[in-house]
Amino acid sequence: METLEQTKARAEAAVPGAQLSVVKNDSPSAQHSLLVDVEHAYAVAKFLRDDPQLRLDYCSNVTGVDFLDAELSEKVKVKKVVDGVEKEVEEVKKTKRAGYLEAVYHLYSMSLKHGPVILRQRTPGRADLVKVTSLTPLWRSCEFQEREVFDLYGVLFDGHPDLRRILMWDGFKDYPMRKDYVEPDDYEYEPTPHDEVLEKAKAHQAAQEVKA
Amino acid sequence: MTAPVDTSDPKQLGADTDGTQFMTFHDLAYDAGKTVFQRKAQPVGQGREGELLEVAMGPQHPSTHGVFRMDVVLDGETVVKLKPVFGYLHRNHEKIAENTSYLGSMPYTDRLDYFCSLTNNWAYALSVEKLAGLQVPERAEYIRLITAELTRVLNHTCLAGFLLQDMGALGTPLMYAFREREKILDLIESLTGARMMCNYMRFGGCRCDLPAGWLDEAKKVVAEYPKFLDEFDALLSGNEILMARTQGVGKLSAELAISAGITGPMLRASGVDYDLRKVDNYGLYSRYPFRVPLGSHGDVYDRYMIRMLEMRESLKILEPALKDIPEGPVVDPKAKLRGFRPKPGEAYGRIESPKGELGFYLISDGSPNPYRYRVRPPSLINLTILEDMCLGQTVADAIVTLGSVDIVLGEVDR
Repeated sequence: METLEQTKARAEAAVPGAQLSVVKNDSPSAQHSLLVDVEHAYAVAKFLRDDPQLRLDYCSNVTGVDFLDAELSEKVKVKKVVDGVEKEVEEVKKTKRAGYLEAVYHLYSMSLKHGPVILRQRTPGRADLVKVTSLTPLWRSCEFQEREVFDLYGVLFDGHPDLRRILMWDGFKDYPMRKDYVEPDDYEYEPTPHDEVLEKAKAHQAAQEVKA
Repeated sequence: MTAPVDTSDPKQLGADTDGTQFMTFHDLAYDAGKTVFQRKAQPVGQGREGELLEVAMGPQHPSTHGVFRMDVVLDGETVVKLKPVFGYLHRNHEKIAENTSYLGSMPYTDRLDYFCSLTNNWAYALSVEKLAGLQVPERAEYIRLITAELTRVLNHTCLAGFLLQDMGALGTPLMYAFREREKILDLIESLTGARMMCNYMRFGGCRCDLPAGWLDEAKKVVAEYPKFLDEFDALLSGNEILMARTQGVGKLSAELAISAGITGPMLRASGVDYDLRKVDNYGLYSRYPFRVPLGSHGDVYDRYMIRMLEMRESLKILEPALKDIPEGPVVDPKAKLRGFRPKPGEAYGRIESPKGELGFYLISDGSPNPYRYRVRPPSLINLTILEDMCLGQTVADAIVTLGSVDIVLGEVDR
């Protein structure tokens, strides 16, 4: 099987305007992935499926990943004049990274028996800009899995035929797999509360007293 | 009753992965060309418009194999629409696993597909080993192979029993299946201490070594198993009622099966040659020759037959593996159980579980907990095309079709 760089070059040639980049994976598994922009995701995925060398006819796994807003620190060498002498000094440069959601697709080929090629789509933000392109029209196996990503992460899949909640009930409001999800306060009376439960109980008891 | 299989016709046979060997649909008569009983096509909605009946089958229905619901729209007895509803057993397994250590969710994987906890353990251990680059000693690999194949035999035996139960063969086949399952469960219990919730694999090996005399007991069970399969085959596989209820029911084309990501025996019943034991070559499967049975119709009968044949192939792996197993450690001495922190990165590992491709996708950020933990559940994804298979059939056939998918709700809902 060709390397991911070769696949990327051929996909770029086949789909004009597609912005692709390789996301490196430093773990021993060495499963690098291909990040594709949302506008061209469908065309690139179609290329990967129909290309005679790749024929990735089987989309095995679809999932979401949540990345919160983060402050990344990077060590940068800066030239500075210290006591009249120019010196190279290491400084920590801090950059803010806006949070985003990802949809990850693991593609294999059943006919050529190779894989995986990992495709990622990234949303611009986490709050309202959460749209990516649905690949269900290409692989039917995405149908339930994209619904699950929508259900648990709140990623909207453009072009999905039936985007409803799948595991949580229809009236549920939040997205439970997000990293900043707060569990509902299911308070139950306990005769001898302690630690966290005591803290929780105090709030509820205060509310009770106000009512009374 | 039916003409025997013509072994010179490759259409009636299944191909091996390398395309060289062929195997028959066993020595039992299987009329590959035509069904025994011809069904009449049911006219849908003729003169009865507006008389559609909506039925919620489940979540407390005995034939949905757990808390699974199908919202079925019926025209007379014919299924016009079918929507599966999930989530009754949802506990957000993935979130729980992301809030605990890597090893902490090992016992929790048992509860996914509670019939085959050992293969669940293996899939998870394999993914973590990929993520952290751990090696597994040879003896542990052997134990994994043996336990996984025993699990496959156990699962397929039970499935055959349950499928027959769904068709109305109340009791007898299921009791026969459970009698045999009990023998394997005794083996698993003496090895892991638990019948079903085994929690046996560890990253880089297995939790404990085989107890004294275990191999002899296992050899005895494996040697006696073909006798049971012959009995089961004689009782069921050529049974006219079974053929009438299953042949031509719940058909699934190879193209749709591939596109819908169907895996496991259900995919191979549609004639697609894709078995991860051959494709990925994980574990020690390359050491033992076994054949991959393939179906040609993609109906319920093929799915049943594939499982019967796969059990015989599993026994072919088990028999020499039980003899070859070497002495040695069962866990990599360098593997750390406490304070286990893989380097940042991600890995997707998958194995051929009895239900299909069971995969675990893990992202590590260098902390003791996985940043992302995802289970690729074969049971859920095999249900994607349930509606396609059931449309135009009767309710009774929809039940049989669902039974042939082989789902466990612990894995569907997670």
